[in-house]
Amino acid sequence: MSPARALPAALAAMLAAALVLAPLAAVIGRAGGLSALTRADGAALWFTLWQAALSALLSCLLAVPVARALYRRRFPGREALIALMGAPFLLPSIVAILGLIAVFGRRGALNAALGTLGLPTLSVYGAHGVILAHVFFNLPLATRMVLHGWQAIPSERLRLAASLGLGPAEVTRHLERPMLRAVLPGAALAIFLVCLSSFAVALVLGGGPRATTVELAIYQAFRFDADLGRAAALALVQVALALAALALAARFTLPAGFGAGLDRPGAPLPAPGLRRIKDGAAITLAAAFLIAPLGAIALRGLPALADLPPSVWHAAATSLALAAGSTLVTLALALPLSLAAPRARWAEAAAMLPMAASPLVLGTGLFLIARPVVSPTALALPVTLIVNAAMSLPFALRLLLPEVRSLQADYDRLAAALNLTGLARLRLLTLPRLARPLGFAAGIAAAFSMGDLGVITLFSDGRTQTLPLALYALMGSYRMDQAAGAACLLMGLTFALFWALDRIGRHADPR
Amino acid sequence: MKKPLMLAACLMVASPALAEDKPVLTVYAPDYFTSEWGPGPAIEAGFEKSCGCDLRFVAGDVLPRILLEGDKTAADVAIGLNTDVMARARATGLFAPHGEDVGRLTLPIAWTDDIFLPFDWSEIAFVYDKTKLKNPPKSFQELLDAPADAYKIAIEDPRSAISGLALLLWVKAVYGEKAGEAWEKLAPKVLTVTQDWSTAYGLFTDGEVDMVLSFTTSPAYHRIAENDDTKVAAIFPEGHYFYTEVAAQLKTSKQPELAQKFMDYLLSDAFQGMIATANWSYPSIIKPGFLPEGFETLPRPEKTLFFSETEAEALRGPALEEWRAAFGK
Amino acid sequence: MLTLDDLLLEQGDFRLSADLTVTRGARVAVMGPSGAGKSTLLAAIAGFLAPTRGRILWAGADITRLAPGARPLSILFQDQNLFPHLSVEQNIGLGLDPKLRLGRAEHARIDAALAQVGLDGMGRRKPAALSGGQQSRVALARTLLRDRPLLLLDEPFAALGPALKAEMLALVAGIASAQGTTVLMVSHDPADARSLCPETILVAEGRAPQPQPTAPLLDHPPPALRAYLGG
Repeated sequence: MSPARALPAALAAMLAAALVLAPLAAVIGRAGGLSALTRADGAALWFTLWQAALSALLSCLLAVPVARALYRRRFPGREALIALMGAPFLLPSIVAILGLIAVFGRRGALNAALGTLGLPTLSVYGAHGVILAHVFFNLPLATRMVLHGWQAIPSERLRLAASLGLGPAEVTRHLERPMLRAVLPGAALAIFLVCLSSFAVALVLGGGPRATTVELAIYQAFRFDADLGRAAALALVQVALALAALALAARFTLPAGFGAGLDRPGAPLPAPGLRRIKDGAAITLAAAFLIAPLGAIALRGLPALADLPPSVWHAAATSLALAAGSTLVTLALALPLSLAAPRARWAEAAAMLPMAASPLVLGTGLFLIARPVVSPTALALPVTLIVNAAMSLPFALRLLLPEVRSLQADYDRLAAALNLTGLARLRLLTLPRLARPLGFAAGIAAAFSMGDLGVITLFSDGRTQTLPLALYALMGSYRMDQAAGAACLLMGLTFALFWALDRIGRHADPR
Repeated sequence: MKKPLMLAACLMVASPALAEDKPVLTVYAPDYFTSEWGPGPAIEAGFEKSCGCDLRFVAGDVLPRILLEGDKTAADVAIGLNTDVMARARATGLFAPHGEDVGRLTLPIAWTDDIFLPFDWSEIAFVYDKTKLKNPPKSFQELLDAPADAYKIAIEDPRSAISGLALLLWVKAVYGEKAGEAWEKLAPKVLTVTQDWSTAYGLFTDGEVDMVLSFTTSPAYHRIAENDDTKVAAIFPEGHYFYTEVAAQLKTSKQPELAQKFMDYLLSDAFQGMIATANWSYPSIIKPGFLPEGFETLPRPEKTLFFSETEAEALRGPALEEWRAAFGK
Repeated sequence: MLTLDDLLLEQGDFRLSADLTVTRGARVAVMGPSGAGKSTLLAAIAGFLAPTRGRILWAGADITRLAPGARPLSILFQDQNLFPHLSVEQNIGLGLDPKLRLGRAEHARIDAALAQVGLDGMGRRKPAALSGGQQSRVALARTLLRDRPLLLLDEPFAALGPALKAEMLALVAGIASAQGTTVLMVSHDPADARSLCPETILVAEGRAPQPQPTAPLLDHPPPALRAYLGG
């Protein structure tokens, strides 16, 4: 790697790693060392691990048929459905919980339907509820990542397969399986890490303290036991788990090695009747599963939209501005890191680290660091912006990395031979060929910043209010209807942002 | 009464004073306090009328921030602390006596603390919708003895929510040594446990649970603000656990007179007369006319239960283990 | 003059040593059994593979450490010679200025190059809209404009039919004589070598020796070459 390319990556990596590790070190320093974990912490660790692993596995397994169906089929609303695939995992947890329970809860639509049919009702509370919620959050992300994988198989290879008379099984073996081998470990890793830091959702859907995650144990150490040392020890465990997962995923990832195509329009292989039915079922089920809770949130909130006080709209504007800034920062960090990552493991590790950061530890540590130097109030907005950006960095990296790999495999040689370097390479080669994942990553980053609450509360001064904060304030003062309206607004804005950026990316794609 | 409980520590200090003549009083308060729907705006307007000062709220997790800042804290006054953190706050030695006559308080329990001053209170209770729940439990024992499918309840997690911790202590106060058994009987009726009050209350208003752990004063909001008298608190003869919010001034304050003025204001008629509907709780001094219609008619428990700070500190660890064990089965 | 001075290339178990000189303006075929290291040799000269030992010199100047794009050469690969998302014009324009700052003069030169390779008016197309032969012509037009003294051909025309391939090779020969370009060309076809390249480097048994006259070599092939040519 040339120094010109390594430098921005090294800077971005240092920023991301420092953002996670320095606060942790500050908390450990303040605590005067680490404290021993309790037996309950061990149980929380075990529960966290297996639910995250199972959630990741299931999300990925289910994503394959859904992505395949979306890849092969053309139907009205397909674009909208694919766009919608970004929405669920970006909702604030309280909104998602109430949406899921409106469908799968004791008094939810599903049980109402079962009751009408005279069938026994189902309880969503328990480990299966945690998994269900996590699949709801993450299936869309996995589906989009796998779909990108399918779309990245050059049409020349599909034509070759067709010309060789390969049947579905052979196509699977020679084209789809290598693609999945390249895409799925990264997708599973991202989902595993998301579920690792799950807290509120796991607790509610898990039905109680059996569903205690590490993040909740950290919360308890901080708030209930006032034991900073144990909180820091747990946070360290989280970081270690993330690094181990990263190493494991790297071992399982194999480059697909399809080589470059000529960007000819993709022609999915025509499929016979039975697969049609299978595809149709996959799409219908996934759409119903994802759309029903979102619909419930919209239905509950729409009537209250008109009654929202002006302060909620101001909060929405603040959130939008923050999202715009944090999106730019995310891309500025993610692009150099993902370009460096195929050759430098440290770049990938640095970009994935923020996902393992505990918001509570992060906030406390940043405060401890900033406090002696400058009033944290003065840093409120920049810190929120940078932390939000760092939190969406792992997603951006995962989306960019597969395409960066093929970009480099296919065109590094030619670019080098033509002396296409520096900004010219960025403008003429990197940006055009990465437009699609860049747009998607930007959409994710913007939506993530819109919905994230944990970060903004770290440095909120009670005056600059964001939309999620306003939503919580409304709920906290019994205004459940207005809160539902704010949730609906938040969902709508988040989705609109995501959709717009994703679309810009797809339109900027020269293919 | 409102439960904020935002995730994560809100760690802020006051913004630097603007170039104004008026002295600035910096008050650390929980997040929910300063929102348009919290009591903060009314308190700020009310106090600034008479103090000739600029009251600035800094919203966030009050005590964790002060613990981290130590004697360099910018706070003159901390408001909105709960009884669960008082022992820890006291141990810092950062707080000064409130200097008020606690004999004026009309709390249902005796309050003798000279540092922490309660400005409002309530009790925790299970709230239900009387049009939907036809056979509500008439006592804590009846609730425990009811079959598993009689009621489905949402409670808050004692590790993350003060109301959840209050429930632990409530069960301890009523059942003492037998609290573990009580939890084993209650657990099957607990549909789920939430991180914060808001989620639990949302589950209740959305109809997912029959009862929610909230406050005896919760129905007042629905009566007064929504003209809805279907939400009621189940009043148990065993008594209800006390819940209060307190304020304290800091020794390190550069504005001790102003801080003292603020403590005086907290017990003034102006403040006490408006806190009921500003924070949906009882004022700590009840005089005629302080309780709006809707509050006055709320059913009151015969007994209010409360552990001293030291008792509560000693009990909560073992109580948490009993709680965890009951849900582990 | 291209000099490979005591060059050693290693890739895993594979080793190839080269010690040879190619005179300026020469047209040299690189022949040898499959897997002998013909492409590896070209990759090293072009700068994609750092040698373990030895130097590469052009006109006496050491270019061993130069970046690929900075070397006095153009290379055409077996495939991926064009960026599919850029137009034909832009693909050729990269040969004039990697930053694609193309003024009227540059466009005129691109048009002229297109005409020279027989692709008038196709500048706005994307590579996918061209036939294989046309794509090769675009890549050739770019080397024409880059005007580097050394041209490396790593079988860029292997996928074309015999007539088309002959046509392309003739085009290369024309350009090379007009510009005085030195050409190194990997070839599997003795006929191509005979017609285009007076000299041949026979890469075999881990060695790339000095070029020899093509005709005698092919008339009396050493055993390794004989086995490869199929007697």
